[in-house]
Amino acid sequence: MTSWPILSVVTFLPLAGAVFIAFLSEDPAGVRNARWVALWTTLIVFAISLILVWRFDPSNGDFQFLEKHPWLGGTINYEMGVDGISLPFVILTTGLMPICILASWTAIESRVREYMVAFLVLETLMVGTFCALDLVLFYLFFEGGLIPMFLIIGVWGGPRRVYASFKFFLYTLLGSVLMLLAIMAMYWNAGTTDIPTLLHHAFPRSLQTWAWLAFLASFAVKMPMWPVHTWLPDAHVEAPTAGSVILAAILLKMGGYGFLRFSLPMFPEASQQLAPLIYALSVVAIVYTSLVALVQEDMKKLIAYSSVAHMGFVTMGIFAVTAQGVAGGIFQMISHGIVSAALFLCVGVVYDRMHTREIAAYGGLVNRMPLYAFTFMMFTLANVGLPGTSGFVGEFLTLIGTFRVNTWVATLATLGTILSAAYALWLYRKIVFGRLEKPSLFSIRDMGWRELAIFVPLIVLTLILGVYPKPVLDFSSASVTQLIDNYRHALAAAQTAGQTASLGR
Amino acid sequence: MYGAQLPSLVPLLPGLVLGIGAMALLMLGVFRGQSFGRVVDFIAIVLLVVAGAVLVALPPGKLTTFGGSFVVDDFARFLKVLALIGSAAAILMSLDYAERERQQRFEFSVLVLLSTLGMLMLISAADLIALYLGLELMSLPLYVVAASHRDSLRATEAGLKYFVLGALSSGMLLYGASLVYGFTGTVSFSGIAHAAGQETGAGGTGLIFGIVFLFAGFCFKVSVVPFHMWTPDVYEGAPTPVTAFFAAAPKVAGIAMFVRTAVMAFPGITGQWQQILVFVSIASMALGSFAAIGQRNIKRLMAYSSIGHMGFALIGLAAGTSEGVQGVLIYAAIYVTMTLGVFAVILAMRRSGGMVETIDQLAGLARTNPTMAFFMAMLLFSLAGIPPLAGFFAKFYVFLAAIKAGLYVLAVIGVVTSVVGAYYYLAIVKIMYFDEPAESFYSMPAELRLVLIVCGLFNILFFVYPGPLVGVASAAASSLF
Repeated sequence: MTSWPILSVVTFLPLAGAVFIAFLSEDPAGVRNARWVALWTTLIVFAISLILVWRFDPSNGDFQFLEKHPWLGGTINYEMGVDGISLPFVILTTGLMPICILASWTAIESRVREYMVAFLVLETLMVGTFCALDLVLFYLFFEGGLIPMFLIIGVWGGPRRVYASFKFFLYTLLGSVLMLLAIMAMYWNAGTTDIPTLLHHAFPRSLQTWAWLAFLASFAVKMPMWPVHTWLPDAHVEAPTAGSVILAAILLKMGGYGFLRFSLPMFPEASQQLAPLIYALSVVAIVYTSLVALVQEDMKKLIAYSSVAHMGFVTMGIFAVTAQGVAGGIFQMISHGIVSAALFLCVGVVYDRMHTREIAAYGGLVNRMPLYAFTFMMFTLANVGLPGTSGFVGEFLTLIGTFRVNTWVATLATLGTILSAAYALWLYRKIVFGRLEKPSLFSIRDMGWRELAIFVPLIVLTLILGVYPKPVLDFSSASVTQLIDNYRHALAAAQTAGQTASLGR
Repeated sequence: MYGAQLPSLVPLLPGLVLGIGAMALLMLGVFRGQSFGRVVDFIAIVLLVVAGAVLVALPPGKLTTFGGSFVVDDFARFLKVLALIGSAAAILMSLDYAERERQQRFEFSVLVLLSTLGMLMLISAADLIALYLGLELMSLPLYVVAASHRDSLRATEAGLKYFVLGALSSGMLLYGASLVYGFTGTVSFSGIAHAAGQETGAGGTGLIFGIVFLFAGFCFKVSVVPFHMWTPDVYEGAPTPVTAFFAAAPKVAGIAMFVRTAVMAFPGITGQWQQILVFVSIASMALGSFAAIGQRNIKRLMAYSSIGHMGFALIGLAAGTSEGVQGVLIYAAIYVTMTLGVFAVILAMRRSGGMVETIDQLAGLARTNPTMAFFMAMLLFSLAGIPPLAGFFAKFYVFLAAIKAGLYVLAVIGVVTSVVGAYYYLAIVKIMYFDEPAESFYSMPAELRLVLIVCGLFNILFFVYPGPLVGVASAAASSLF
């Protein structure tokens, strides 16, 4: 095992970078340094997180790289650890951060230092969320992320940034505080907030239902699920490009991660009982938001709605609780993390040039920007879920997993994939194809080396995971198997207990 | 019998330091004139620090004197230290203001010292008479300092309003105390607890009447709904350093009196007063968060914010358990740091035209004075209860106690109002960070900067090492049970 606290290093190193940047001067040299320090910090963090991958034992479904220190006294401790479910998200986070910094290299001109500080603090909080093995600690990271994101949207956002940032903050906070109360109730029931212990604790039935609903309130907003998704399009549209990337690629995944980590294993009976609710919401999300996406006039809004639809597949797959469904849910989240991030970056590329996101303002870009047209095509197809891209694997697995449990839900969800093809290809045609008629576009430049450097790794990943998804699936399979076994056992135990009770009566 | 000999004065030592010191300072000020004000201020701060040191150096464990009516236990030590910190910071923050506004009066420091002496008395009071004595000794100087700008209409109005309503509430408190005495036959808390435990039938109702009046008086002092009306006017009208003083130390003492009386005098009938507290705290949280939204004056806004925060703190008392009291203590400690930090910023809102008080004047502070804006924003997020800042832990512990006590409705309403409350704190952050800069303020005086940075760092870094405060609060809470 490791002798140094590698998870704490990965979590808190960005914070150290942020503190360093905060003390840089405000002149142009300081600004340049801020950019480079941020880039190097995120790159080093990414490199260290790769050590995690190297040392991780995929055949072991338990938590690894454990750290535990007394914190709040009593049974609430500082406890970190990752398993096959959380590690992919950690890597996704650390991997996307350098890309975000690069994407903001020239797009952010004012208050660069503060921007970099906010992003690095955000990275700490995001990585911490995925590594925390104590509920209170988890909540701390989970909620703490609101502060930097609020500032990122509000300070560097678009014209309606104030509205969007408030909506984002208050929506998420309202959901989360209910979860906090549930965490407290769990603490008094189980006597601890230690996640590995709670995973095997049998909560009483009534508490399960209430706590499950409280956790749903938080994760459904974060995910976001229909009908509490309305903050997302606003936040996405107004956030700067890198902010949208982080929102879509990582913050949304916290909801799905929460379902996997808490709702499903800790409240199995409630999950089974209330799964139809999740199915219903997921199907509505997939079909309805796809339809909404069809009529959008703003590129970012269209992609935001498509995110809601794709997250519908994730919730559906997770609560099917089959090996394919859960693995597909995780894979879909990782894949969506890459693809949606890339799509927002694609929007950012033209936005930086034209300063508009209106679909109608573009057309015929292929004539001036062949590289861009290719990149955008790539990710549009991945978003549609074309076989050979990572998008396909996730959707396919969740659909298979759900089909075994509920045919109708799977059928309706499949309808959604057709709609996703409709809106994604429509968007692509409007922007890239057609004649180059708008005079403002006559002089538009194709992507430069910095932009290529951002996209190349994403393209490669999308393709590799599309044809060879095994690495990610292998990574999480032991943990997923263990999760599902525990779930089944808990349900069986509850059923036996119920029968004994009824016999006794 | 001890009647013939002098009671032990050891537990009183911190108070004696303040009392004798205040009188000496008064003499000094009277004979040396107003030009000596600054020196008086410094000596007053030193006295407060010395009193704190003496307090900490007292022999450990539970000390009692005056036949058990004055108690120094861990609970008292914890809150007394807080009250002393609050008072010392208030004097410290008044230095620059007094100089610039030509309001240099040595009486301010003397009055603060005397009021603090009352707080120490109040926090230790273990019978109704000692409680009333302490309360009045605390309040009378407060009425005077509230009106200390005697040429300002606003300040005199605030002082008068505070005095009249304060006297009314003292009357209610006395009436309640006399009812409690009448139905139990004793004024000491332990005697009341004993009698109340055996109370049957008709006597019970009378006692509960007494409790209601008593609690009404307490509610006035900690300014919770429905006895909050004076707060916004007094906060706004009083000179800003006075408001900063009002917002911290007297609140601590008020909470101490509330908690000690409820827990020590009426432990057997928790069910009876729990409903009062549940109502009061729900009403305060709701009013505090909704009414603050429309406020433009930052002092008025802080008044509503304090009403809401007292509502949150009382959740812990409503739980009526040791965990609950622990939550109240943690809340009080963190609240003092948050509010002192915010008032340090409010006192620094000064530009060429003089002091300004509307929140719009903070526009673009993040560009004109990034450090000040950063700490202010962190304090505001902390007030809103957003992790990982200290304010989150304050709320965490009171809600934890409420959930354990089964007060689910209270807890749910509490967290929902905290989201509403977050809105107006965010609105200030928005003004500081998102809006175009207004004219910049004068640079912050060193002592205000010190208070702001200490409070800000405490709130930001609390999560790194929360163990000590939580542990001390836990020990303090269990000393009451």
